[in-house]
Amino acid sequence: MSKKKLVMIGNGMAGVRTVEEILKLAPEAFQITIFGHESHPNYNRIQLSTVLQGDTTVEDIIMNSWEWYKENEIELFTGEAIVAIDTNKKEVISDKGRIVAYDELIIATGSSSFILPIPGADKQGVTGFRDIQDCETMIKSSKLYKKAAVIGGGLLGLEAARGLLNLGMEVDVIHLMPDLMERQLDSTASKMLKDELEAQGMNFIMEKQTAEIIGEDRVTGLRFTDGTEIEADLVVMAVGIRSNTSVAKESGIYVNRGIVVNDFMETSVPNIFAVGECAEHRELVYGLVAPLYEQGKVLAATLCGVETKPYEGSIVGTGLKVSGVDLFSAGEIEDDKHTKSIKVHNEFDGVYKKIVIRDNRISGIVLYGDTKDSSRLFKMLVNKEDVSGMTSVSILESGCCGGAAGSNDIASMADDEIVCGCNGVSKGTIVQAIQTKELTSVDEVGACTNAGRSCGRCKSQIADILAYTLGDKFKEADKKIALCGCTTLSRDEVVAEIKEKGLTSVKEVMNVLGWQQEEGCTKCRPAVNYYLGMIHQDQYKDDRDSRLVNEKMHANIQKDGTYSVIPRMYGGVTSAEDLKKIAEVAEKYDVPLVKLTGGQRIGLYGIKKEDLPAVWEDLGMDSGYAYGKTLRTVKTCVGAKFCRYGTQDSMGLGIELEKKFERLDTPHKVKMGVSACPRNCAEAGIKDFGVVGIDGGWEIYVAGNGGTDLRAGDLFATVKTKEEVIELIGAFMQYYRETANYLERTSKWVERVGLDHVKEFLADEKTRKALNERLDKTLLKYNEPWSEAIEKKEIQEKYYQKREVPVLV
Amino acid sequence: MTNIYLTDYETLPEKVGQVFQLNGEEIVLFRLTNGEVRAIENRSPHPKGGTLSEGLVSGEYVFCPVYDWKISLIDGKVQAPDEGKVKIYPVERDKEQVFIVK
Ligand code: SRM
Ligand SMILES: Cc1cc2nc3c(=O)[nH]c(=O)nc-3n(C[C@H](O)[C@H](O)[C@H](O)COP(=O)(O)OP(=O)(O)OC[C@H]3O[C@@H](n4cnc5c(N)ncnc54)[C@H](O)[C@@H]3O)c2cc1C
Ligand code: SF4
Ligand code: FES
Repeated sequence: MSKKKLVMIGNGMAGVRTVEEILKLAPEAFQITIFGHESHPNYNRIQLSTVLQGDTTVEDIIMNSWEWYKENEIELFTGEAIVAIDTNKKEVISDKGRIVAYDELIIATGSSSFILPIPGADKQGVTGFRDIQDCETMIKSSKLYKKAAVIGGGLLGLEAARGLLNLGMEVDVIHLMPDLMERQLDSTASKMLKDELEAQGMNFIMEKQTAEIIGEDRVTGLRFTDGTEIEADLVVMAVGIRSNTSVAKESGIYVNRGIVVNDFMETSVPNIFAVGECAEHRELVYGLVAPLYEQGKVLAATLCGVETKPYEGSIVGTGLKVSGVDLFSAGEIEDDKHTKSIKVHNEFDGVYKKIVIRDNRISGIVLYGDTKDSSRLFKMLVNKEDVSGMTSVSILESGCCGGAAGSNDIASMADDEIVCGCNGVSKGTIVQAIQTKELTSVDEVGACTNAGRSCGRCKSQIADILAYTLGDKFKEADKKIALCGCTTLSRDEVVAEIKEKGLTSVKEVMNVLGWQQEEGCTKCRPAVNYYLGMIHQDQYKDDRDSRLVNEKMHANIQKDGTYSVIPRMYGGVTSAEDLKKIAEVAEKYDVPLVKLTGGQRIGLYGIKKEDLPAVWEDLGMDSGYAYGKTLRTVKTCVGAKFCRYGTQDSMGLGIELEKKFERLDTPHKVKMGVSACPRNCAEAGIKDFGVVGIDGGWEIYVAGNGGTDLRAGDLFATVKTKEEVIELIGAFMQYYRETANYLERTSKWVERVGLDHVKEFLADEKTRKALNERLDKTLLKYNEPWSEAIEKKEIQEKYYQKREVPVLV
Repeated sequence: MTNIYLTDYETLPEKVGQVFQLNGEEIVLFRLTNGEVRAIENRSPHPKGGTLSEGLVSGEYVFCPVYDWKISLIDGKVQAPDEGKVKIYPVERDKEQVFIVK
């Protein structure tokens, strides 16, 4: 039996979820083709706010990778829009002229930002907030411009505004109404929200209507209907969304505000269905994923011929994804003659709760500052539970100040209580998945049940359920992501807290972030010291005593407590004079071993700690940092200066690289190699950065490793000049410094974040320039450590002396 | 039992071990963040040996710089999962001077 042809227009959240449901029910039933106007695979649109706020990357919000489509044999056309449906021939036609026949057709075209039809709306610098491209426009503008205006003080507008603040812009939010988010909040909650956001740095211009966008080609400001003006060089319109219905309408499908569907998502034309924000069901068009996913489930069942309850509409609850703001709202928010409401307003703690009760049933919820009760109350609202027998205290279980959430709350939760509102996943489903599939992390729960994969608000509750279900086993699993046993915070959390709270010393980090062992351990102290230095660039005063022995002593400790001394020999090139000095020192201090190291230089091994400063002084050479989490050596081949095959000056470039990057703190050690032709005598293919000269240019390899896990470097780019080599390596190095975990070599880092991602990120010249600027600023702070020790008596006394105690017998 | 004078208190830097050679025996003094001074033998309890003076100090513990064992500076005990014990010397001190008791 040949498969039925299923075509879908739109490659977004609702549509692809429907396809996922279909694949679960009847994996072999359809031959599926999807058209998506955007050039990405399906991503989590909800998280665009988080991307804009800098807390995650576009890469991380992809929900269905290209491989997913391949594995499921879905034919995917991205960057291609459907322009017409021939409902008689049962074909769709794309803007590239492609014609594809269908047996069943799903329209899942979502919606677009509503752009106010005012003069100037088409100027450069005016954008909506709907897709990755809008996000990129904003991020780009933030690097060039300073003043942003967001029109619309609803959910989207405020999330955009918060993002723009994080991007370093000044932000005005213009709102037509006297209250922000007036559809979700009453004026008390709205006022609290406004105060909080003002404290975060947003500026509000209330009760103003924009009449015109002014400027030449690019926007320079806004004019309001009352004639007043403000300056702005970026305008974000967040005044609402419009369903994408034109293709359906022009093809004769019945469209009102959205494409009208019945309880089985069928449109007015046979074999054509609609789902998501483009669909109108019982006169409602939804703009949140939870109801759209319910629609998707019903549609999938309908298409697969599986019996299903009809879709009868949804009640939705909303939150706001802005850090520092905790709010939830559902149902009706204003009182009238027939409602009685419970209101608790604790101004001291900034908590406000309002439960609207109509006919003994909860009909509306507004929670601000403490949303722990949200899922329980929301369930009562949806189930229309009779509350006449309850007291206000039992309705508002967590009281007016909010108790601590934790396992107790989880224990008292009913199994059918919904944890993830977006995906309709109950506590029972999650517990069962954890137990039967041996899950140990929030991400794994998401992969199995979909919980947490949309807005992410429920993730902390999922973590609580994991803790409750697994007990001690969860703690073990948990430790893997925490920095170390002294804290529960992960690397990213620690870095974010340092930035957010402006923490400036190891001690302060451990104090403020509640370290369990007050002064940390050998895992976290060096790591935190590194992160502080990376974040504060030239302003941070390194905490030498948070470094482990080798870096603290600027020499490598050996098994008997003596040290090795390995001076710089830039690019592996030396001179008779230096060789003589090394020989003299070896003799004078009776050095037990003189050896060529694996890094093209000479090591003196077995030196007593108290002799180190004198040895350094006699050598008069710089530290080779053979002990540091920093640039080690740059191996070079002899190259064009002598070799008959050489195409480039490999020694010259090697020396230049070593001089530029030496001493820089990096997450782990970094090694480089430069060869002058592809014979690659400097083994550049197994270095963190390997450069290979070719006729007329250089190849740059990255993330090679010759150590524990052998890994060949990946070709990153081919460039013409050595200046380009240095610029690219600088940008790559700084990006690695800013995002890698402490003690993560470039090889592991690249495997974790993906080479393509790094390539894409560094493709932008401005990004590279900014990275190099931060790098160069950091490089300014270093002093040569051996000469510092020679010059400073305090350092010698503190670290290198051994005191003889005369004992009288 | 005798008190042997080692050094003046003010010569001891915080959290960085100071080595004293005493009749062929090596003793490390650690001045902790809380101001107290502790004395231990400068020998890692790890079977392969090594020194302790350059270890990282956290609270009342020192981490062996060579094998990363965590050692209590109060009773010399190696913390789990490792096992062992380092010799501890009682410290006496008046306002300015630090002695060990032998
Ligand atoms: C001195 C040297 C060996 C030699 O005599 O030639 C050396 C010596 C040590 N290496 Fe190495 N490595 C030396 C070249 C290498 C190389 C070869 C190279 O750089 O071309 C490698 C493989 C290449 C690579 O790293 O990709 C290498 C991979 C390692 C590793 C594994 C790193 C990894 O990511 O897998 C370690 C362990 C670590 O760093 O955690 C290590 C750690 C060490 C330590 C520092 C171990 C320690 O913590 O005590 C050794 C110190 C010995 C001492 O007594 O001073 N050494 N080590 C070489 C110094 C080169 C230099 O001039 O700086
Ligand atoms: C910044 C932001 C934050 C949000 N936050 C939340 C939140 O916290 N919680 C929540 O529940 N919801 C949130 N939403 C809403 C949620 O993202 C949407 O409800 C959801 O994405 C709608 O899914 P959809 O499949 O209907 O439409 P979409 O995800 O928009 O997918 C439709 C796709 O179809 C494509 N398309 C359109 N026309 C054509 C054509 N002719 N041919 C081919 N392709 C076409 C579009 O390019 C688009 O990629 C947020 C939205 C945004 C923008
Ligand atoms: S890599 Fe090429 S240029 Fe360099 S020494 Fe080897 S053969 Fe000569
Ligand atoms: S509630 Fe939104 S992802 Fe779970």
